[in-house]
Amino acid sequence: MSDLVSQDLNMIFPSIKGETVQALKDVNFTLKQGELLSVLGPSGCGKTTLLNITAGFLRPTSGTIRLGGKEINGPGVERGMVFQQGALFEWLTVAQNVNFGLRMKKEDPVETAEKVEEWLDIVGLSGFGKTPTYQLSGGMQQRVALARCLINNPDLILMDEPLGALDALTREKMQSLVLKIWKETGKTIILITHSVEEALLLGERLFVMAPRPGRIHKEYHLPFASMGLTEDLRTIKNDEEFVSKREEILTMIWDMEEEIMGKEN
Amino acid sequence: MVTGFITILLILALIGSIYYESRLVKTEKIDAVFGDPDRAKGGVHWIIAGSSTILLLWLFFSWDVAKSFYPESANELCQIAKVRESLVGIKYIFPINERQFKSTSVIDRETAIINDYKELIKNSTIKNSDKGTLISLLNEVELMIVPLTDEKYLDPEVKSKIQNIADRINQLTKDFVTESYPPIKSDAEENERIELLKTQTSWGETGMEVPPLPETKIGLKFDAAAKEIKLITEEFFEIENKNPVYLAQYEKIKSAIKSFKNSLNEDQELEQDYIRQVGKIAGRLSRSKIFPPEALDSVQQSILDFDEAQRQEQGSISVVDALLFPGGTIVASGDVCSEQGPGRWLPKPSDTFVVFAKLLNPSEGYKNVPLIWYEMMGVNQVVGFVTPDWIADIIPGKYPVHSSDGKVESNLKSTVLDIATGNFKAFAIPIPSGHIWDSFLRVILGLGLGIICGVPLGLFMGLSRFAAGYFDPIVELYRPVPPLAWAPLIITIFGIDNSGKIFLLFMVSFAIMVISARAGASGTQLSKIHAAHSLGASRWQILREVILPNSLPEILTGVRVAIGVCWGTLVAAEFLAGTTGIGFVENVARKYSQYEVIWITIFVMGMLGLLFDIGMRKIIRKTIPWRGKG
Repeated sequence: MSDLVSQDLNMIFPSIKGETVQALKDVNFTLKQGELLSVLGPSGCGKTTLLNITAGFLRPTSGTIRLGGKEINGPGVERGMVFQQGALFEWLTVAQNVNFGLRMKKEDPVETAEKVEEWLDIVGLSGFGKTPTYQLSGGMQQRVALARCLINNPDLILMDEPLGALDALTREKMQSLVLKIWKETGKTIILITHSVEEALLLGERLFVMAPRPGRIHKEYHLPFASMGLTEDLRTIKNDEEFVSKREEILTMIWDMEEEIMGKEN
Repeated sequence: MVTGFITILLILALIGSIYYESRLVKTEKIDAVFGDPDRAKGGVHWIIAGSSTILLLWLFFSWDVAKSFYPESANELCQIAKVRESLVGIKYIFPINERQFKSTSVIDRETAIINDYKELIKNSTIKNSDKGTLISLLNEVELMIVPLTDEKYLDPEVKSKIQNIADRINQLTKDFVTESYPPIKSDAEENERIELLKTQTSWGETGMEVPPLPETKIGLKFDAAAKEIKLITEEFFEIENKNPVYLAQYEKIKSAIKSFKNSLNEDQELEQDYIRQVGKIAGRLSRSKIFPPEALDSVQQSILDFDEAQRQEQGSISVVDALLFPGGTIVASGDVCSEQGPGRWLPKPSDTFVVFAKLLNPSEGYKNVPLIWYEMMGVNQVVGFVTPDWIADIIPGKYPVHSSDGKVESNLKSTVLDIATGNFKAFAIPIPSGHIWDSFLRVILGLGLGIICGVPLGLFMGLSRFAAGYFDPIVELYRPVPPLAWAPLIITIFGIDNSGKIFLLFMVSFAIMVISARAGASGTQLSKIHAAHSLGASRWQILREVILPNSLPEILTGVRVAIGVCWGTLVAAEFLAGTTGIGFVENVARKYSQYEVIWITIFVMGMLGLLFDIGMRKIIRKTIPWRGKG
């Protein structure tokens, strides 16, 4: 089984003044295959560092992180990534963007063309294959990014605030899409977000991280993601338990922010 | 004829455009406020007006309007210029264009010089007795002036000669204004004149700036008057005011100078110098034509009268001169007339097109090389030129050695050498040639080499600390040097022909390409690199599929800049040395004052530069439509 196991993960950055910043301290967790984890926390709590280590863009100072028993020490196709701004290649069309991973693997172009069509259909972009990406709206760009990542069939999908730059309506639609894909593909997903609501709605598990040093402050197991597969997202948002959880986490983050401000003053 | 028609058409276009604008303003919405960028749209009629203005200014200031509407005006102005020239000498004697009489200014000058020397001698270190002699000599010299300026000493013969000159000029003035002037010549003379006229080319034709022989009736009049004035003034300048009193004084001074000189020792250098100066002043006074103040009044008046009469006779020509010959006019020098002003250095459009057509004619061209044409060239020659000979050398084996029976058998190595040197038979294909093509090829080759070498290095420098640091000093040291500063060195090393110029352009474009490719590579968004990594791309794939296309906007902008700089550098380099190329043509034309050719080369350079830029803009729009939208 390809579980994600983090053991005593530490990350220390040297700062310019010669001091050090502990971005992650003793992070331990195990993420089973098919789980959807959302990570929440105030800025500077090490969310993105954790994601970059998992993606293989950064090496941890100490500790290990393994996917399916294999230690991660570099970027790899088994871990797909979706970025905040899409990070699409604007010199390629939508279909070429989606096809990028397969082309790098030098797969048969006829087969990959079919796969691309399938995935464009899944993310709701069929017919947009030949459109240049710079002509797409923000939401559509994120759909392309999702398809580009998923077509490679990764074991783990890493999402770095993928819906952060979208307007409220588009965002809601994309949240449903993420849930739908999660259900249909059964992939393990780590989603980093700033929005408490989004973290609650999408996360089967939820880490609230705290800064200085960056660590997992509290962990939740939530039912809303499974509910979201069948129910309308807006009704869930009005659910009593949802509302109370939201208030609890908001207060928690608020307190953390206050503490940071206090330290600084 | 054609020029006149075009001139009228252009004026109509200009007026039409302004009229169209006035109509347009009436239909415009009231809310078209100042500052609204929409107000700059839809100005095609202003483009027409602008181009018409340029062409009209060209036609006007090159005097082509004058040439097309009054083709004989230059010839007539030439005759008038001859009269003006013939009067210059005699007018100089009188306060007509000058401030003083020539006599007055000469006396003024010489008296001042005499006084200066008196002062100088007084303060000098020579003996007092010598001082006295020298100063009294100077006083005597000063006394030479009086017999010249006093009316009572004036020789009656000279007086009557002066009167005769004045009378003749007055007579000419009277004749000049009549219809019958110049008097009819004999048939033989008239026929000769007409024969000569037939050989005369018209205004502006190659080699003939302004036709000098009079072609019209009024021209004949001025030509004849100019000749007559010349004769009269020549006689006037022969008159000398040398009366006995003056001559006696001069002789006295001369002998006094001689005796003083003889009294001097060889080592009295200062004294010798002073006496030499005294002699010089006396000589100058004897040669200058000094007359009593009122003696020449009659001549002065006659000249003034004639000048007024000839001005009157010019009539409408002077209007044409003032209106259609802006910034200058026709001037005469002896029997030759030339344009002086913009008409000289701004060639007339009509002439320019004739010269351009001649240059474009492949059998004529410039310096036996066509501007742009093609040559039939054997494929073997092309292959031999393109393939380097060392290809044969690196093939394993040895070149054939002759056998004992005196034969040479070819093997693979020698066959390849034959191909590489073009030593085989093949059909011919057309290859472009000519000045323009040579310049074009140099730019393309220099630029191409610069791109091929500069882009990879630039990308490398954008991605690697080693490359960025290691190559930075080399590029940054030579880049800020103006390209032409390298030219003397490079011409010495590579010769004046193609290789030197191509290398110069390579240097120029290389630095620009390195810098732009570097900027492109270092400007790649990290998230795109990350995305490519997690999509399974290898280093090479990331370089080719992400970093290179992502740097394309910067690279293409760099190419666009490099083309402009290369083009400018090339023309200047061709100016320095070479035997072909558009810059070479301009340099030769400059030496021979062929203003038409100079302007044509300027035009061709502008057009080629524009073509390069339009081409690049097209390429940019096609290859990087996402620029600025990412």
